[in-house]
Amino acid sequence: MNLILFTFIVLLGFTSYYFGRRKAYTIQSSKKRLTALPQFYGYYLAIWCAIPAFIIFSLWAIFEPTIVKLLVLSDYSNQGYLDDELNLIYEKTKSLSRGQFTGEITPFIEASAEKYLSLRSIAQSSKAVIVLSIIIASVAYAYKRISSNSRTREPVEKFLNAVLFTASLAAILTTLGIVFSLIFQTIDFFKVIPLFDFVFGTHWYPAKAFVRDSSEALDPTMYSDTFGAVPIFAGTFFIALIAMCVAIPIGLMSGIYLAEYASSKVRQYAKPLIEILAGIPTVVYGFFAALTVGPFLKELGTSMGLEVSAESALAAGGVMGIMIIPFISSLSDDVITSVPQSLRDGSYAMGATKSETIKRVIFPAALPGIVGSILLGVSRAIGETMIVVMASGLAANLTFNPLESTSTITAQIVVILIGDQAFGDPKTQAAFALGMSLFLVTLCLNIVALRVVKKYREKYE
Amino acid sequence: MIKIKAKDVDVFYGKKQALYNISLDIEENQVTALIGPSGCGKSTFLRCLNRMNDVIDICNVKGEILINDFNINDKSCDVVRLREKIGMVFQKPNPFPKTLYENVSYGPTIHGMAQSKQEMDEIVETSLKKAALWEEVKDRLHEPGTGLSGGQQQRLCIARAISVRPEVILMDEPCSALDPIATAQIEELIDELKKEHTIIIVTHSMAQAARVSQNTGFFHLGHLIEHGPTDKIFKNPDNTKTQDYITGRFG
Repeated sequence: MNLILFTFIVLLGFTSYYFGRRKAYTIQSSKKRLTALPQFYGYYLAIWCAIPAFIIFSLWAIFEPTIVKLLVLSDYSNQGYLDDELNLIYEKTKSLSRGQFTGEITPFIEASAEKYLSLRSIAQSSKAVIVLSIIIASVAYAYKRISSNSRTREPVEKFLNAVLFTASLAAILTTLGIVFSLIFQTIDFFKVIPLFDFVFGTHWYPAKAFVRDSSEALDPTMYSDTFGAVPIFAGTFFIALIAMCVAIPIGLMSGIYLAEYASSKVRQYAKPLIEILAGIPTVVYGFFAALTVGPFLKELGTSMGLEVSAESALAAGGVMGIMIIPFISSLSDDVITSVPQSLRDGSYAMGATKSETIKRVIFPAALPGIVGSILLGVSRAIGETMIVVMASGLAANLTFNPLESTSTITAQIVVILIGDQAFGDPKTQAAFALGMSLFLVTLCLNIVALRVVKKYREKYE
Repeated sequence: MIKIKAKDVDVFYGKKQALYNISLDIEENQVTALIGPSGCGKSTFLRCLNRMNDVIDICNVKGEILINDFNINDKSCDVVRLREKIGMVFQKPNPFPKTLYENVSYGPTIHGMAQSKQEMDEIVETSLKKAALWEEVKDRLHEPGTGLSGGQQQRLCIARAISVRPEVILMDEPCSALDPIATAQIEELIDELKKEHTIIIVTHSMAQAARVSQNTGFFHLGHLIEHGPTDKIFKNPDNTKTQDYITGRFG
């Protein structure tokens, strides 16, 4: 029903566009000058069709459910039901009307289900009638109004502006919503667990919190020594460090090669090939790390008389580094390529060799951009989840031995939120606190990175 | 005395020929101006003289260019040494994004010309003095070179070029991005520099060629149409094309 109505409105939109344009052509053919191109007249009419439709649809979406509910439940008023019970009755009514009700059907509910259905169909058809008549009225009004000297270009441009603004507003509001949900849950968490214990505690055993029966009263003392985040912060930065030790040298050197040494033919093929690395899903990297690299390192270590965990930080960090290579190489390639050719010429003309030119002129000039690309790589390393979950174990050991297993913020969030969980439980809220700290770290890194990159741009543009 | 002798130089960009059979002698300690309409190959010829065309992949240079009787297009030629001897100043000032001091000390550093900090200081000071920039910048040697005005930047680039005491300085339209006052300063400087260096300057300004040069070569569509003493080229050219260009009938 809604779909048919919607299609109809879209068709009406196209028709009014056509009529608007035709009227403009008619005006034009009577040797009068138009104030805008004919298609603006068309768009103008189409907007007169779209806006009322949108308004009525939104009004209906907001008020229809409430009104229908009020009308259905009016039969039960003055019978002493509590609000919760009324809600339950209404839910039962709705599920019965969809034919999904499984419980005992009482005549009362059956009657309200019928009432519900008839109200819905009345609402639907009245919506259709109202929308269509208002649209036709408004388009007709606008059609009559447009003449050779009416302004159509400005309203159309304003409308576009508003649409684009709404789109960006939606993105911003979503971000804000996510941040606020993080903040409130985090605050709740810190009401139970002191901030100090979280930031400086060295024991992270969220499993301990599983033991609590949810009917028991919340006793903060039982969580002492449970949510000390130091081991997982340390693990996160340690694995990110290993990853960057792999990614920075390889990424940077391949970036320099691509930008300065590779012939255009090699570059044409090599760059997309390296960028394929960025397109591999992280799950694939994850099992590559867990099933190939991890066991290989373990065997290698054993043959050298070292004790290596099958889920070592080295395996996870190393594979994560490989994943980050394309970010660094591709970005630094771009940055190096955008260093003006005149600087290279200046250096070559002084008799500098290629490597001297790169080391003394190009690299310093590109440094801010390169630092920016590295920081973006770091924030990816810190936020990476799948590889760590699969390859580095879930026990939060406080260790700096790359051959042992550690865990990271992201992996712990996964551990906490997998399976059953209760809202309002410190265990669940711990995930929000972790998410919040992760968000803060990557936010800072991104801000710094963007600043640095911007500074670089100002220099050459 | 002849400093540079070009013999039958052909230059190709891929399959397109940019220069045809250029033969030109360049006198030592004089200023030679290369003039001609845009795209006539005068900059390409200039870039042959310090093998800057090597930087362009598709560029192919044929023929002999003798500098001090040594063919620089020969395989045995060391480009690093060659460019130490042949300095270059570009159309747009291109100081490195480093300090003034580092800009000037760049060449001496990569060629290992200074044994101590003191020696380097001296090189920097003399180069800046020769480039007539010392008085303006001596108090801010450690500020970035990109902060100077356009004319100052170009003189900084000249200081950078002469810091390695080149025998020849190539100038590719060095004043085209500058205002008349800065242009006058650079022209004065060129006159001074020719005492110690051989200078070849590409220019679009006929007046500039007449003011600063002793010899002029006129290029058109990749051919060297005419060359000789500047006076003769400007007052009594042999070729009608030269005459037309100089009097402003085309170009």
